[in-house]
Amino acid sequence: MKSRYLPLLLVVGIAALPFVTDIALGRSWVRLLDFALLYAMLALGLNIVVGYAGLLDLGYVAFYAVGAYSYAMLASPHIGIHLPLYVLLPTGALLAAAFGALLGAPTLGLRGDYLAIVTMGFGEIIRIFLRNLSITNGPAGIDLIDPIAIGGFSFSASHTLFGFTLPGIYNYYFLFVGLTTLILLMSKRLEGSRIGRAWAAIREDEIAAKAMGLNTKNLKLLAFAMGATFGGISGVLFAGFQGFVSPESFTMNESVMILCMVVLGGMGHLRGVLLGALLLAILPEAFRPLAQLQQSAFDQVYLDPANLRMLLFAVALIAVMILRPEGLWPSPVRKRELHDKEGDDRPLPPSGQPTGSDSVPGHTGVSAADAGGVA
Amino acid sequence: MDIFLQQVINGLVQGSIYALVALGYTMVYGIIELVNFAHGEVVMVGALVSLSVIERLAARGYSGWTVIVIGLLLAVPACIALGLGIERVAYRPLRKAPRLAPLISAIGVSIALQQLAALIWGRNYLHYPDILPKTQYAIGGAVISEVQVVILIAAAVLMAGLWILVQRTRLGRAMRASAQNPAVAGLMGVDVNRIIATTFAVGSGLAAVAGALVGAYYNVGNHTMGFLLGLKAFTAAVLGGIGSLGGAMLGGLLLGVIENLGAGYMGKLTDGAVGSNYSDVFAFLMLVLVLVLRPSGLLGERGIEKV
Amino acid sequence: MSRLLHALFLSMAIVAVASCGKAESPAASGELVVKIGASNPLTGPQAHLGKDNENGTRMAIDDANAQNLTIGGRKVHFELLSEDDAADPKTGTIIAQKFVDQKVAGVIGHLNSGTTIPASRIYADAGIPQISPSATNPKYTHQGFKTAFRVIPNDTLQGKALGEFATGKLGVKTVAIIDDTTQYGEGLAARFEEAAKASGATVVTHEHTDDKATDFRAILTNVKAKSPDLIFYGGMDSQSGPMMKQIKALGVTSKFLTGDGGCSLEFITLAGADGEGIYCSMPGQPIDKMPKGPDFMKRFNAKYGEIQDYAPYCYDATMVLVQAMKKAESTDPEKYLKVLAGMDYDGVTTHVAFDENGDLKGGVITVFQVQGGKLVAHDILSSKP
Repeated sequence: MKSRYLPLLLVVGIAALPFVTDIALGRSWVRLLDFALLYAMLALGLNIVVGYAGLLDLGYVAFYAVGAYSYAMLASPHIGIHLPLYVLLPTGALLAAAFGALLGAPTLGLRGDYLAIVTMGFGEIIRIFLRNLSITNGPAGIDLIDPIAIGGFSFSASHTLFGFTLPGIYNYYFLFVGLTTLILLMSKRLEGSRIGRAWAAIREDEIAAKAMGLNTKNLKLLAFAMGATFGGISGVLFAGFQGFVSPESFTMNESVMILCMVVLGGMGHLRGVLLGALLLAILPEAFRPLAQLQQSAFDQVYLDPANLRMLLFAVALIAVMILRPEGLWPSPVRKRELHDKEGDDRPLPPSGQPTGSDSVPGHTGVSAADAGGVA
Repeated sequence: MDIFLQQVINGLVQGSIYALVALGYTMVYGIIELVNFAHGEVVMVGALVSLSVIERLAARGYSGWTVIVIGLLLAVPACIALGLGIERVAYRPLRKAPRLAPLISAIGVSIALQQLAALIWGRNYLHYPDILPKTQYAIGGAVISEVQVVILIAAAVLMAGLWILVQRTRLGRAMRASAQNPAVAGLMGVDVNRIIATTFAVGSGLAAVAGALVGAYYNVGNHTMGFLLGLKAFTAAVLGGIGSLGGAMLGGLLLGVIENLGAGYMGKLTDGAVGSNYSDVFAFLMLVLVLVLRPSGLLGERGIEKV
Repeated sequence: MSRLLHALFLSMAIVAVASCGKAESPAASGELVVKIGASNPLTGPQAHLGKDNENGTRMAIDDANAQNLTIGGRKVHFELLSEDDAADPKTGTIIAQKFVDQKVAGVIGHLNSGTTIPASRIYADAGIPQISPSATNPKYTHQGFKTAFRVIPNDTLQGKALGEFATGKLGVKTVAIIDDTTQYGEGLAARFEEAAKASGATVVTHEHTDDKATDFRAILTNVKAKSPDLIFYGGMDSQSGPMMKQIKALGVTSKFLTGDGGCSLEFITLAGADGEGIYCSMPGQPIDKMPKGPDFMKRFNAKYGEIQDYAPYCYDATMVLVQAMKKAESTDPEKYLKVLAGMDYDGVTTHVAFDENGDLKGGVITVFQVQGGKLVAHDILSSKP
């Protein structure tokens, strides 16, 4: 399986992908790939919070928004400031990290679902502010945002290379691939580092982790800040790529989608998360032609294609979760844990308890069911 | 006119609707620790089914509360069947799965129900016919309409009924036992699968009633109406302490009142700096404050975290 | 279970095949197929407006085909490509790219300003004309793109005319303003506020809700305490309808005025008897006063049911596009774009002509009053910037 040529093949494959896609499917699919990569960065960021540290975050899109708006405000005619990318990328990332810590601080003592609702509230608060403040130009959003440029090289412009004209979406593709790879590598290093192992300890059993002398508060804050950083970076890129930001790009639905990507792919497993992000970003578009196919097949529209498309998407979500509850591509360790549990010491079919190995603190094993019964 | 009293009345009515929906979240959570993300969509189906019935009856000239009751006679069974179906298809196979897996399938169910409702009832905002008397009562400088009174009474009666069901009946005891420890409850002869299904059925039945009341109160129904209501109710359940019935009721009423007072007074308190557009911010900040002081919600039992 | 998985893979394979096979279009011998794109939210809370827009565009395409037009000596057949952008800016840009890929001759859309603006950059790069029937954010046409047009007055004109109408014709002294914090509702309310203040009215309160709310009692109670002569709402019908009921339920007796988003049959249905006597405005002449208006309404109702909101504008937008191609004797965007910019066309909603930005020139705004469950033209205002 492991071949010496595999990495090389992978690189060639990734480099060739937009060209093949363009020829086979059209440019819109290259643009879709760009967005899929942005989602991949977001999912990798959320994976740190949910997958590594086990903190359920339903307001992750807030950090994406912070990154996007920081770029939009400082590189557009809105205020009249045009700062370059090498200033704004760190600014966006740091600002998002600060917001991450800001969110983390009051919520450290909260358990799983309580944390989920507070993070969701935080996401909504950010969106409400974006929508109402005059500095963010309210609901109208900010337009004419500078395209991303490094030195004199504008990513939005077409460039000619070896006689081929490559439109902006190609440039962004390679930029996003590069940054996604960077985030992947950083995540990989984090996972195995001292911090990563400490996160895993908190995820598996917070009390035990505390007893082992870990500073769980700081570690949780760090997880929020690190995750937010990647969200901020993705936001900066989104603003430059799209050229326009408005509050409607940062709804609660986006947070839910990103969470779905992480869980569906395989929480805590980088390859899985990447797969989940790419799949869920592409699936709704892939169902477009399928939904329209009924017209050519039956000569009549029985179900509205737009609804059918989202219906198929929903069914796919449910089906994947039922068939592979641990995610499409879970880490080998996790998979083993889950399958060991199956059919072991429980003679009774009914069981309200989540299996051990779980990811949300305070919900491990028996304590969960005891915590808050009906009435 | 007494503005404060009026805002409190508005808040209590809105809050009782939140409470009815929140009960569905909290019951399911109490037993299987699952945030039933699709619960808001069950409310929507309840509202639209009853709307379809009521519309047809109203077209034949019937009116009054009996029509709503007839609508409920169809909506409640429909929602119960839907709730049972969702549990069987999307949650039961995942009962042993990692915690977040059922959450994702619940999100899937939520999207699917919205799309199906759009296919069945169309995309337009539907009008809930004016069949109710528009009587107004004046109390202490504020007005309360008959619809509002009925919502308050209905919510109170249903919550009391549920309380009795859980605390005083055999079924309720089995529910509480299953919530405490399903394995031991099973050993004691409780059919835990049946109890979980019953919990879904009761929660969905309440959702149907809430849906019909929402329709009658706001006179509008749409396939997307459940999402926001569901989120608010979930927030209310968490505020009160998720898993606790009393908490859901208290949380619902409190959230309704907080929202109304927030929208009503934020402008005045801050001298116009932030207005009613920030009322949700206010509500969420209150929630964070409550949770920082009481991490398990107002009436939630403090979980003794065992190792 | 694995069968499900198989089905999933199979469907993926079908997708791949379907999208590959779509490249060749079935052009009959000698007939020129002209593709026109339409992008609207067909799922989500605004789906009812999206479908209405699609229907308006579709009817224009059908009418154009029925005319058996020849352009540049060839018989043409117009084909509508309708896509769902879910009111999401990102999806909007993907669809824009898709339309560019499919080499559409022009685009009618998008419905929301939030999707229209980012998409307009892609159309501009590709040189494809875009006419929005409903995006009213002034920014859309002020980005310097030669390809961006709209057939609806932007918020500035309407808000201003309504502010003057309220103080002048209705003679109100105190107004309460409510908006839904969308760029449409907030923009309209802000322009209204400026104009009302400038012509001597006092704004007693400016409240905000959001576009998904259904309960307005809290803000309405505040409004009631101020007992204004008039309540102005900047927002859509799906909210102003229920809002009207709550206004009456709280015993508020102020007059009520709203813009084109609330000037629809949907509003009348949702507000029921409580909607009687309110005022609302639509850009352009009253549809039954326009030469082609009544006929359009009759045919639209027969084919698709009631008009929700912007269907007539979509019809006009499509027709202007078609007429420009006919006049230029070319379906090549590069050639007919200049003709389009200088078009003069009598539409269903108004006389369509564009200014140097691509905005609708001048025009009038009609104020309607709801009487006996119908929209009755009350006054015609001239709108000057």
